[in-house]
Amino acid sequence: MLKLQNVHTHYGKIEALKGVSLEVKEGEIVSLIGANGAGKSTLLMTVCGDPRASSGKILFEGNDITQANTPDIMRSGLAIVPEGRRVFAGLTVLENLHMGGFFTNKQEFESTLEHVFKLFPRLRERQSQRSGTMSGGEQQMLAIGRALMTKPRMIFLDEPSLGLAPIIINQIFEIIEQLRDEGMTVFLVEQNANQALRLADRGYVLENGEVVLQDTGDNLLVNEDVRKAYLGG
Amino acid sequence: MKDKFFPALIAGIVTFVLAFPLLGLSIVADGLTLGLEGADTKTLGYIALASLAVFFFQLWKSNIVAVAKSIPLPKKAYSSPAARSQSQRDKREKLFTLIVVALALVWPFFASRGNVDLATLVLIYVMLGLGLNIVVGLAGLLDLGYVAFYAVGAYSYALLYQYFGLSFWVCLPLAGLFAAIFGFILGFPVLRLRGDYLAIVTLGFGEIIRILLNNWTHLTGGPNGIGSIPKPSLFGLEFGRRAKEEGNVPFHEFFSIDYNSGYKVIFLYLLALLLVLFTIFVIRRLMRMPVGRAWEALREDEIACRSLGLNRTIIKLSAFTIGASFAGFAGAFFSARQGFISPESFTFIESAIILAIVVLGGMGSQLGIILAAVAMTVLPELAREFQEYRMLMFGLMMVLMMIWRPQGLLPMKRRHMELTNG
Ligand SMILES: Nc1ncnc2c1ncn2[C@@H]1O[C@H](COP(=O)(O)OP(=O)(O)OP(=O)(O)O)[C@@H](O)[C@H]1O
Ligand SMILES: [Mg+2]
Repeated sequence: MLKLQNVHTHYGKIEALKGVSLEVKEGEIVSLIGANGAGKSTLLMTVCGDPRASSGKILFEGNDITQANTPDIMRSGLAIVPEGRRVFAGLTVLENLHMGGFFTNKQEFESTLEHVFKLFPRLRERQSQRSGTMSGGEQQMLAIGRALMTKPRMIFLDEPSLGLAPIIINQIFEIIEQLRDEGMTVFLVEQNANQALRLADRGYVLENGEVVLQDTGDNLLVNEDVRKAYLGG
Repeated sequence: MKDKFFPALIAGIVTFVLAFPLLGLSIVADGLTLGLEGADTKTLGYIALASLAVFFFQLWKSNIVAVAKSIPLPKKAYSSPAARSQSQRDKREKLFTLIVVALALVWPFFASRGNVDLATLVLIYVMLGLGLNIVVGLAGLLDLGYVAFYAVGAYSYALLYQYFGLSFWVCLPLAGLFAAIFGFILGFPVLRLRGDYLAIVTLGFGEIIRILLNNWTHLTGGPNGIGSIPKPSLFGLEFGRRAKEEGNVPFHEFFSIDYNSGYKVIFLYLLALLLVLFTIFVIRRLMRMPVGRAWEALREDEIACRSLGLNRTIIKLSAFTIGASFAGFAGAFFSARQGFISPESFTFIESAIILAIVVLGGMGSQLGIILAAVAMTVLPELAREFQEYRMLMFGLMMVLMMIWRPQGLLPMKRRHMELTNG
């Protein structure tokens, strides 16, 4: 579904991605783990076209999107839940969801909204609350819900567990699994390697802008190097 | 107390040091030489008094602030218990609006000419404030050159009349259109800028327009301005003693009543009111439409907006363009009301006042902006004797506001939306 071939990305002179190749197949959950500054967020953002890849090729559902504009990419069935949630703090929950459904028609909007509310009943309860006043976990739910409102076929999640309590993390991961069961393709970036790999069909390990390991989630979980570097021994 | 004493003392001394050379000394011309002369004792006394005032204010600042904060606020104009439903609140709001509009319609027939005239000026500022609010309050783009669009609107009417003899009613939409085009043109280069940079570029744009108007003498008349711009007519009825245009009939002759120059003032007031109501209506609609929400979303988080497939270029441009068009309408009305315009009327201070209205009103709330426009226009009129201290009072008001209501008079409230994808 998504394919990266030898993708390089530069921030000015700094090379953040040094020829990354990876693939996510339809209906999979693929996890990407790596230390701080490895280039995980950069990888996701490069697929979204901001920053653009300086060389290499990115294919989404067979279409070359390497040079496409961000708005076009984001309307082609791909959604991202950005790092740090980034909800529209001054807007209410419902208004946030409206922004997600900006390009869908009324009927689609209503049905997608119903779906999101079913996944996150908390959002229905809080629909007229200013999203900036919600808890971190609720904001993460909103960020995911908002991305789902664009009716994507594939969703990127950049560190959804960031700063959340274990119970909430479990909830979020359950939702991710549920999304996959409904047919969504998920590309998950996580620091929380243990849980991310357990959930994943396959995983990639990124170090200094390069993919150093790739395998099934279960194999990576027992891999010596991974255990040492990311699972605390 | 002790830790406050020294800062207060220093503040007092600084006041003295600043005030003494400015007010306490005066330069006198004695033949060809200039001499320095101390002011009379009365002035010196005032300076000492002011220094003492500053000293004591600083000393007791926390107490004073506490008192200021405890003053009962004109709290949430329509604060209602949570139990009351949105529709009920909407109903009350509608009723309130109707009453206010009815009063505003009837009022000029009982008020003095001067007051009606002043109210017309207030309404112009309300329009400008509401327009700028789209750009600053909703879209969060700090625009310090808004007066440029006001000028474009005003000169559109003046020039179109002068060169092509077009009437006010034809020029009104054109003025809005031209201002919108200028908004669009300005929008492009500033799209990539943010915050301070944006403010500086828009400030520059405002000055460019003014200087252009000032120097393009053979088109705009330069600093001499453009005069004898006609007042609007009411379906061809003019409000002068005699009709200026072929085929038009003066208002008083048509209704066979005595000529009274007051009719003209009232007519202008009602016209301004109509324009303001139109502005409020349109902006309210926009705010409930997806584009209005997109402006706010862009203000909150650009990256998130982009991640949802929104095109920030289009959103910013639409805010600039639509905001500018309202300044254009206001400008056309302004030149019709004044009958004379020159670049003098469109200096930076106008931009600053309009921005102050938006900030004072509470960024984004329409009612707040209306109140702020009234305050900013009427208060200086009331205090005409203090003309020289206008800016000082302006500053004082700002400081008090920061202490008393840092979010503006009536900060924007979120509506509880019904489930519609408008
Ligand atoms: N806008 C930018 N300008 C310049 N350099 C950047 C920018 N964004 C990221 N970088 C650099 O690119 C590298 C990769 O950053 P990235 O944010 O992709 O890391 P990450 O793997 O997501 O880390 P984390 O787990 O902390 O989020 C880092 O060295 C970072 O300093
Ligand atoms: Mg990151």
